[in-house]
Amino acid sequence: MSAAEETMQERQAALKGLGTSRKRVEDARFTQGKGNYVDDIKMPNMLFGDFVRSQHAHARVVSIDKTAALELPGVVAVLTAEDLEPLSLHWMPTLAGDKQMVLADGKVLFQGQEVAFVVAEDRYIAADAVDLVKVEYEELPVLVDPFKAELPDAPVLREDIADQKEGAHGPRRHPNHIFTWEQGDKAAAEAVIEEAPVVAEEMVYYHRTHPCPMETCGAVASMDKVNGKLTLWGTFQAPHVVRTVASLLSGIAEHNIRVVSPDIGGGFGNKVGVYPGYVCSIVASIVTGQPVKWIEDRMENLSATAFARDYWMQGKIAATKEGKILGLWCHTTADHGAFDACADPTKYPAGFMNICTGSYDIPTAYLAVDGIYTNKAPGGVAYRCSFRVTEAAYFIERMIEVLAIKLNMDAADLRALNFIKKEQFPYQSALGWEYDSGDYHTAWNKALDAVDYRGLRQQQSQQVEDFKAGKTRKLMGIGLCHFTEIVGAGPVKNCDILGMGMFDSCEIRIHPTGSAIARLGTISQGQGHATTFAQILATEIGISADDITIEEGDTDTAPYGLGTYGSRSTPVAGAATAMAGRKIRAKAQMIAAYLLEVHDNDLEWEIDRFVVKGAPERFKTMKEVAFASYTQEIPGVEPGLEAVSYYDPPNMTYPFGAYICVMDIDVDTGVTDIRKFYALDDCGTRINPMIIEGQVHGGLTEALAIALGQEIAYDELGNVKTGSLMDFFIPTSWETPNYETDFTETPSPHHPIGAKGVGESPNVGGVPAFSNAINDAFRAFGLTHTHMPHDHWRIWKTANDLGLHS
Amino acid sequence: MIPGRFEYHQPDSVPAAVGLLSDLGDEARVIAGGHSLIPMMKLRLAMPEHLIDLRAIDSLKQISVAGSTVTIGAMATQSDLIDSTELATAAPIVRETALQIADPQVRYVGTIGGNVANGDPGNDMPALMQCLNASFHLHGPDGERQVPAREFYEAAYFTARDDLEILTGISFPACEGGYAYEKQKRKIGDYATAAAAVLLSKAADSSCSQAAIALTNLADTPLYCQEASDHLVQSGVTDASIDAAVQSALGQIEPVDDNRGPVEFKKHAAKVILKRAIENAWARA
Ligand SMILES: Cc1cc2nc3c(=O)[nH]c(=O)nc-3n(C[C@H](O)[C@H](O)[C@H](O)COP(=O)(O)OP(=O)(O)OC[C@H]3O[C@@H](n4cnc5c(N)ncnc54)[C@H](O)[C@@H]3O)c2cc1C
Repeated sequence: MSAAEETMQERQAALKGLGTSRKRVEDARFTQGKGNYVDDIKMPNMLFGDFVRSQHAHARVVSIDKTAALELPGVVAVLTAEDLEPLSLHWMPTLAGDKQMVLADGKVLFQGQEVAFVVAEDRYIAADAVDLVKVEYEELPVLVDPFKAELPDAPVLREDIADQKEGAHGPRRHPNHIFTWEQGDKAAAEAVIEEAPVVAEEMVYYHRTHPCPMETCGAVASMDKVNGKLTLWGTFQAPHVVRTVASLLSGIAEHNIRVVSPDIGGGFGNKVGVYPGYVCSIVASIVTGQPVKWIEDRMENLSATAFARDYWMQGKIAATKEGKILGLWCHTTADHGAFDACADPTKYPAGFMNICTGSYDIPTAYLAVDGIYTNKAPGGVAYRCSFRVTEAAYFIERMIEVLAIKLNMDAADLRALNFIKKEQFPYQSALGWEYDSGDYHTAWNKALDAVDYRGLRQQQSQQVEDFKAGKTRKLMGIGLCHFTEIVGAGPVKNCDILGMGMFDSCEIRIHPTGSAIARLGTISQGQGHATTFAQILATEIGISADDITIEEGDTDTAPYGLGTYGSRSTPVAGAATAMAGRKIRAKAQMIAAYLLEVHDNDLEWEIDRFVVKGAPERFKTMKEVAFASYTQEIPGVEPGLEAVSYYDPPNMTYPFGAYICVMDIDVDTGVTDIRKFYALDDCGTRINPMIIEGQVHGGLTEALAIALGQEIAYDELGNVKTGSLMDFFIPTSWETPNYETDFTETPSPHHPIGAKGVGESPNVGGVPAFSNAINDAFRAFGLTHTHMPHDHWRIWKTANDLGLHS
Repeated sequence: MIPGRFEYHQPDSVPAAVGLLSDLGDEARVIAGGHSLIPMMKLRLAMPEHLIDLRAIDSLKQISVAGSTVTIGAMATQSDLIDSTELATAAPIVRETALQIADPQVRYVGTIGGNVANGDPGNDMPALMQCLNASFHLHGPDGERQVPAREFYEAAYFTARDDLEILTGISFPACEGGYAYEKQKRKIGDYATAAAAVLLSKAADSSCSQAAIALTNLADTPLYCQEASDHLVQSGVTDASIDAAVQSALGQIEPVDDNRGPVEFKKHAAKVILKRAIENAWARA
């Protein structure tokens, strides 16, 4: 290797750019307890808010007596809907076109609903005062089963809109009905199913669960009455949207509101929406003139802030006798709880559920989703997935298995037979999407080979024989999944949140000495943006990632963006970063040309510098150019080196992956043991392989939790049965298996660096893989489908119902 | 999740603690590791006005084996039980059980005294103590008395301990033979879906010379299974006698429906877990 080549490599390595497993710059502070979360914010004279919540799932509020609470020394105020009404803040709009009570206005609709907001000098006094607020309720009949919502004797939940026949998403056929959303060709799909040689049918339930971030939701509001400015710190996945909403609701001019998301301890969709706690802290700060902090506890988080899933998906899938899929039909009953507070782009009341044709070339399809009100907490957020994509992936990956059983075919072969082929991309799906790129067969074959799939099947048959012969009480399940995601929302032409187009942004300033700061419209909640966005820029502008500060979350300084969820940061803000970097480079090229006294076109870019074509000894590094831009007069070029890019993506990105789970199941106790989990992800261009691996491990562990036990369960009176971490399953290292990760790399053709996003893939693909393993273990004994969560007793019941205990 | 107001006391001797408890009466509670009591206080299901912390009383932390008697101070933590080499020899089943309680963080703080005094049917130590035929040492205003673990538990959270008494220690005979503590749980940090403590001794002729069986979280108290234990001694340990012993023990259980599953499942799990515990203990005997 020549000296020159060596330095090229060294220069490349010094950048720590794309493809480098750069260590996370965030971790030094996180691992030392030096993060700065909202609850770490302390201000002089700060007050604390706490909620009086409803213990009933459905009741009229007869009276609220705050006398005793107000008499407790240290209590400053007790707010009820009556106090908020003059400000028109007793209700607030939801992201889904519905409205939601901030504080109970005459009735309560779910257990844990906010009834009154107590403000006191410290947390302890506030908690004591909560107990002193006397609320008299008159109980009403409770509706927990969405299938009973439209029966003649069903109670009407939303009396405020009982007579409204037209909702935000079209006609409502019943007071408890929110919307019907239809996609695809109903008549054609039904005709195909009518005539097909083989049709498999199943009800697939994706139960109610919760994102349960380690840090619960909270806010500190501080109204400065002297200068009229409101500062709001909080757990916001979309701080700019919160600012706009706060301005519209409160009437405070947007430039007088500063919203800050400090460090966030996990979001997973739970922190996208606007909660009563935020509104009440703002009002309380305006009323008292003092800063007000509100932090929910774990039980409040689980029972009142946004849940995820609760989709009943009735499916039919039609095929030829050979297994070629002809059509797909799905009707979903979506339990939204008391208010429709889903966080989806406005035009998609069921999110991107219409990605439910999955990885398969399905010529005809139809999807209908009915949203229903019940006496449960509102939400329906995208828990570590793009909008309703986990539901869609679970549905199709279960339906494929059910079809394989009907056809008596191997489920891996059935998938391979129906994959969209590499040459079909960009692929138009029957339900309206244009898949950007993919190579499913390559990924699938790599996965099957890596685990010795055929060998596993042989082992499994042997084990079934042994079981039947009484030699073992364990069964083996092989859980297959090939998922396709749709992330990176999204094109402004069809994606908006409360009217705000879903672009994102990046603003870069290069400092005179050649280091830089970049600010983005997104906000990391653990994804490692400060690490990876610096890497994208390093490769674009030739400044080491170590010399680039990434800042997000302060609306006074960051450019407007729609925030972080739905795996959109890399596809959208990451693209904006690359584009802004390119603007920097374009200007830098002019400066370099001037300095080198050549024409712009005589220069070429090489890692960290502009080199005169054919004269490699004549060059200017980006660092030198940056210095010149501040220190020299460059004719025709403005001083300084800055750029901003607002990126409106032309399309979504479509990451995919192939996951295989091998599980051992104790038929007598229902105890499961993961023998192997192989996860191949294709997220296009890989920015930081180490972070990808970390994201995959985290997402798979959440998927394991969801599939094997994590659940928000209600009893028939609407009481939350799983409202603490005793019953709500969060795996520890003990329950977490070993994961083998792998990849293929199919870049997105329309993304500036070809990256697709990865944070959510493992949750989307993991849940079906775990669930399919359980279902597959019992296939030999006649099982077609059993619902999640697959906890011990439900697995035991499956075995028991199949007669395996006699 | 914020407890009510309380006064905090930290006596440095057993008499001082007993004195405080008598003086403060009904509104006072003893606190040991606090890992059962504090969660109850945060939920405001317990609202004691005074907490008497036993942590400063060093004499309550000893673990000793003298002759064939094991004595454990009430304030020995679950992690102390795991770390004690003496205990690992004299009663290895204690270590096996302690390792199945919660996670290391809880075990560093939770005490054996709190675990057995609490009266929560979900706690693992009470059934183990019944299996070991332990005695609980109680100190009250009228002095000390001992109550056998097998007679201590009356109902969930109701025990033979008088409100004015403090549990100071536990003693039991060192174990011989095979042992097993089998526990089915949903996850780390969970109470048992079903758990069984079994001690079995094998005579030279392979007959069963001693047997003790107790169950956790299958009724509102721990259950000592006298008849099942006797059966193994009388009939020897065979597949048939194990089944019979298990059937007898199952006759005593009254599990309740909860998030761990319906009664039918719990009965099945109890059967499987107890059978495994007996087989495992016998294999080690
Ligand atoms: C996440 C988690 C998981 C757990 N999992 C398990 C498990 O799997 N199995 C299990 O057995 N336990 C479990 N526990 C409980 C744990 O073992 C407790 O520490 C133990 O039950 C109580 O011990 P303590 O020292 O913390 O008692 P404390 O909480 O301090 O006291 C418990 C009760 O006993 C009384 N008390 C305490 N000491 C005395 C004394 N010396 N004399 C008289 N009264 C006294 C107190 O007044 C109180 O009423 C778990 C706890 C947690 C937080």
